[in-house]
Amino acid sequence: MSDTSAAEPRHEVNLVVNGVPRSATVPARRLLSDFLRHDLGLTGTHTGCEHGVCGACTVLVTGAGRSDDEGVSGRPIRSCLQFAVMYDGAEITTVEGCTRPDGELGPVQQAFQDCHGLQCGFCTPGFVTTITAYLEENPSPSEEEAREAISGNLCRCTGYQNIVASVLRAAELKSEEVGG
Amino acid sequence: MKPSGFTYHRPQTVDEALDVLGRVGPEGKVLAGGQSLVPMMNMRLAAPAELIDINRLTALDYVQVEGDGAGAAVRVGATARHTTVERDTAAFTVLPLLRQALSHVAHSTIRNQGTTVGSLVHADPAGEMTAVLALLDGSVEVRSAHGARCVSASDFFVGPLESCLEPDELATSAVFPVPEGRSGSAWLEVARRHGDYAVCGVGAVLRLDGDARVVAARTGYISVDATPVVLDLGEVIGRVPYDTADWDAAGRYAAAQLQPEGDIHASAAYRRQLAGVLTSRALSAAARHALARHDIMTEVPQ
Amino acid sequence: MTTRSLGEPVARREDPRLLSGQGRYVDDIGTGALEVAFVRSPHAHARIVDIDVTGALDVDGIVAIYTHEDLPGRVGEPLPLLIPHDALTHGRTPYPLAKDEVNHVGEPIVMVVATDRYVAEDACDRIQVEFDFLPPVVGIEVARDAEHLVHDDVPGNVAARLVQESGDARAAVAQAPHVLELDLEIERSASMPMEGKAVFARWDADDTSLRVYTSTQASTSVRAAVAAKLELPADRVEVVAPDVGGGFGVKIVHPWPEEILVPWAAVTLGREVKWTEDRREHFVSSAHERGQLQHVKVGFDSEGRLHGLDVTIWHDNGAYTPYGIIVPIITTTQLLGPYKPGAYRAECFSLYTNTVIVTPYRGAGRPQGCFAMERTMDAIADHLGLDRAVVRERNFIRPDEMPYDHGLVFQDGRPLIYDSGDYPASLDKLKKLIGWDEFDDYRAAARAEGRQVGIGMACYVEGTGVGPYEGGFVKVETDGSVVVATGLTTQGQGHQTAFAQIVADELGVPVEKVTVTTGDTRRFKYAVGTFASRAAVMSGNAVALAARNVREKALRIAGEALEADPRDLEIVDGIVQVKGTPGATVPLSTVAVLSNPLRYAFDEETQRATQFATPGDPEKPPVAEDDEPGLEGTDYYSPARSTFANGMHAAIVEIDPDTAEISILRYCVVHDCGTLINPRIVEGQIHGGVAQGVAGALYERMVYDDAGQLLNASFMDFLMPYATEVPRIEADHLETPSPLNPLGIKGAGEAGVIPGASVLASAIEDAEGFRISRMPISPSELYELRQRHERREQNTTNTKDSR
Repeated sequence: MSDTSAAEPRHEVNLVVNGVPRSATVPARRLLSDFLRHDLGLTGTHTGCEHGVCGACTVLVTGAGRSDDEGVSGRPIRSCLQFAVMYDGAEITTVEGCTRPDGELGPVQQAFQDCHGLQCGFCTPGFVTTITAYLEENPSPSEEEAREAISGNLCRCTGYQNIVASVLRAAELKSEEVGG
Repeated sequence: MKPSGFTYHRPQTVDEALDVLGRVGPEGKVLAGGQSLVPMMNMRLAAPAELIDINRLTALDYVQVEGDGAGAAVRVGATARHTTVERDTAAFTVLPLLRQALSHVAHSTIRNQGTTVGSLVHADPAGEMTAVLALLDGSVEVRSAHGARCVSASDFFVGPLESCLEPDELATSAVFPVPEGRSGSAWLEVARRHGDYAVCGVGAVLRLDGDARVVAARTGYISVDATPVVLDLGEVIGRVPYDTADWDAAGRYAAAQLQPEGDIHASAAYRRQLAGVLTSRALSAAARHALARHDIMTEVPQ
Repeated sequence: MTTRSLGEPVARREDPRLLSGQGRYVDDIGTGALEVAFVRSPHAHARIVDIDVTGALDVDGIVAIYTHEDLPGRVGEPLPLLIPHDALTHGRTPYPLAKDEVNHVGEPIVMVVATDRYVAEDACDRIQVEFDFLPPVVGIEVARDAEHLVHDDVPGNVAARLVQESGDARAAVAQAPHVLELDLEIERSASMPMEGKAVFARWDADDTSLRVYTSTQASTSVRAAVAAKLELPADRVEVVAPDVGGGFGVKIVHPWPEEILVPWAAVTLGREVKWTEDRREHFVSSAHERGQLQHVKVGFDSEGRLHGLDVTIWHDNGAYTPYGIIVPIITTTQLLGPYKPGAYRAECFSLYTNTVIVTPYRGAGRPQGCFAMERTMDAIADHLGLDRAVVRERNFIRPDEMPYDHGLVFQDGRPLIYDSGDYPASLDKLKKLIGWDEFDDYRAAARAEGRQVGIGMACYVEGTGVGPYEGGFVKVETDGSVVVATGLTTQGQGHQTAFAQIVADELGVPVEKVTVTTGDTRRFKYAVGTFASRAAVMSGNAVALAARNVREKALRIAGEALEADPRDLEIVDGIVQVKGTPGATVPLSTVAVLSNPLRYAFDEETQRATQFATPGDPEKPPVAEDDEPGLEGTDYYSPARSTFANGMHAAIVEIDPDTAEISILRYCVVHDCGTLINPRIVEGQIHGGVAQGVAGALYERMVYDDAGQLLNASFMDFLMPYATEVPRIEADHLETPSPLNPLGIKGAGEAGVIPGASVLASAIEDAEGFRISRMPISPSELYELRQRHERREQNTTNTKDSR
């Protein structure tokens, strides 16, 4: 156990969240999820388990030493399993950043409303970010692929039926946008 | 569920990382993907005083195919994510088992961050890549400020969640040898939920000769012992044409060799049953895979 | 006509906020508040010898550390027993912080308040508690044997012995042509909402008022509890349930220890204080449900008709009984399902164990009751060689027998009388949907391919909409928008949409004009809560009645303005008009202005309204004696008794002959919850319920070891299904309106979960050919059952005909 009787050293973390440069000074152990929620006030990212199983805290990242291909919006990761200090210099997209520039619902979000893909809404941000990234890799999934794509996120309300439908609907909305 | 405090190090080069590791000693812990370490830290089951974040060691973020013929291998650097390895086309072409097994590692979001070498160092006997490394007779390249060594899989896994790494050492890469000849492979597992740790998982690598006779067969197991287990089933199966091989007998033989334990998800007897069933299914699938890959027969059985 | 919105799949009003990260759950509120962590018992049963906090005192950022002896007055007393019952002779509740003794792993002992949760947990790590160990009582058999006691003063570990009786069941069974006995078991699961509990409290010393945000299903009751415990006047306490990330029953319990301790700390410290339960805490310190052993003795004739049913149940209620014996009461009454049992007797022993408390989880005792009855139906069919559907149908209550009085007392203390339902029609729909009569062909074809398949079904009746009441407030604002408030809370059921639909239709305004607030005591003071599938029935009807009052007033005022008889008026799209006379109109917004004699012209509507201002009688007061200003109304709905929804599920499973892995090939649902407010929302409720039903059948259980340690207190090992584990759900429905309430609604919230374990046990049994009597079942357990069956250990199964 470390000595906690003295004030903990803090680290400055500079990063870009949803296109906006943000900065805060936090202890090294500050979880990225807590950093986003409580230090940056972006409470759309939720924590449902803090051991990486439920997926509610999923955000999209690029940078932070990653050299591989990360897609347009970044790769989904569990923000409860990372320390904020690791993401100095990174770019992050949260559910708040999945809206359109004018603040209206983005295609994945709109699909969830169209298909009643959410009930209590607590797990929803993790699904929205996960699906946003997924559809960039696979723009027209089958129902089975859609199910597989969301299979790392827990939802206790919907029985997933309408979330699967939302994935397919989001793909449709996105292709209409591209086509139109 | 918040972690204890720690001192954070973010070396920019491998030498810097080795220097830090040498200085902090047993209090230090390497942080790569963090997908196993951070849950334990959040639950305070692990509380390292010094954390060495190697994510900026971009020089170790690679997957490369080395050599060809008998000595060919896939080398995976310490910061390469499971996803990177899984998607690597060149690696898949020479060593399909990597992708076959990796697709069973948790869920894609975890694979996006978790590293293959990290999962080996974590040495979870339920971790797919431990058995893949063991099955292929692979090795891990280890460095410290004082030098480097190459540790074979059989020496690397010491016990559950225990590798042979010394506190000042960093696993810089893992080497997965490409099986020689007309080989095929398969990875099968039974998990309670999709993406969960397997109740039992079996990998098979099988080699056929030009007449589609079995000339070598090995299987690797997870979740049946404290470390990954590898069995050589070549003699049990015999040098017989693949379509007359008694896979079920090989499965029964394999099951008899294993000493799995029960836990809250499965009894020991059920695990043994699974080991046997999955062995025969994996061998059969690996044989079909060999046929399909190497075009041994024009007519590929279904 | 205004487009009718009731019955339409209206898109949810709450979605844009929740989808864009703008929801506000408790942990999203109160940035910078002090944060709380607890030292919780690592032992299941022990006396506390000493608590040493000195190691924690020098942790940087610690603000306060409290143990039981620090709690003053009523704060330190045991928590209330919410629902006493004559049969609950030995009710016991915990202290907010353990005093002298702990009775389950996870029981709070020390409360730490710090600058943040990280630091609070650091301090918890440094607090030493010394225990004297007591023998743990874990598992129903161990509790029943009573070699050791959970509470010294509760003999036999029996909290309650509850008997429900109608006729002489034992005599009826004894005289019946056939008798079967079954031993059954259901294991523990839990509500497990994605958001755990959370409490945030803000004390305003200048205003001497306390505001508490809590993730609850009953904010008005939390308010009463906090006021009473903190000895504050109730009108100085407000409780808000903001967005709540799922409840499923666990958040109906109140007050949780933290709901008293956090507000108390906020008042004591004069600081904002917050506690957000983490997942591990939720596993070991919230609530579980389901664990029961059952012995069924049934007498029936050669047609399969029940003559008598005699059931004994041993119910694990955990360490304490703060929520009374609601679950056993529901099991013993709802066990009957859609059937006439002949004579009926149920005797339930509610037993203490050194485990987490047991309180309602979606279904609340019904899944267990359904399991007892449906396993019995299958056993009878098997015994007589009859089709399982035929046996069920022969025992149904017929539509012409409604209302049907079972002669028992339901959970609300009222007679158990079914109000309506057409069970034969439901069964017919279900059989067609799944292809019940064609299954033998499918089975034969599958068998030819070496595949092992089975089909099962299960039926239930669910008492919904229990009283005593809910209220609704409806107000038309001067801009024509409509605000609605009801006191019960919402945890994802879409109340902001469903109640808006009801009010929109009643008032004749577009649904987009209506905004609904729930669970905020600042907006509505009287409420019961969201549980027992009651919200739509209770608050739905309450807001309808309130809206009718507002409508009546609107027509009266508009009648005066338009010089028309209110009976000749209608409201269309927010405009009051004379039927058949175009042009004679006044918008509701103007009517709202007219309803208030004080008309400072703050806005255009107010200015416009002056043209309708009739010169009042100078001799009369501007507000008449029987009137009040404003276009608003409040009303309450209070039914004489519950309304009974019903449903039937059928499933086809395929089981791997070697690995015993169970796949659900088809899952079909027929349900009848009366009039649908929003079919899309009802369908979502069914889906979620079915997923939890499947979970309780094949995946989830709470695994305790003999020492009382919960071995799977994480999402790694407590197997909540992912999308890949939940089958596609095919649903069909009947609408048999309830005659008991104005809208004809029955509850739908819990329905989907009730028959899950029963229908899958039925299908697995059908596929395997041996009796399934314990759920949930894992592939490993099924494999072991197969082995035992092969060894003929099960040759008599555990069903025996006593003849």
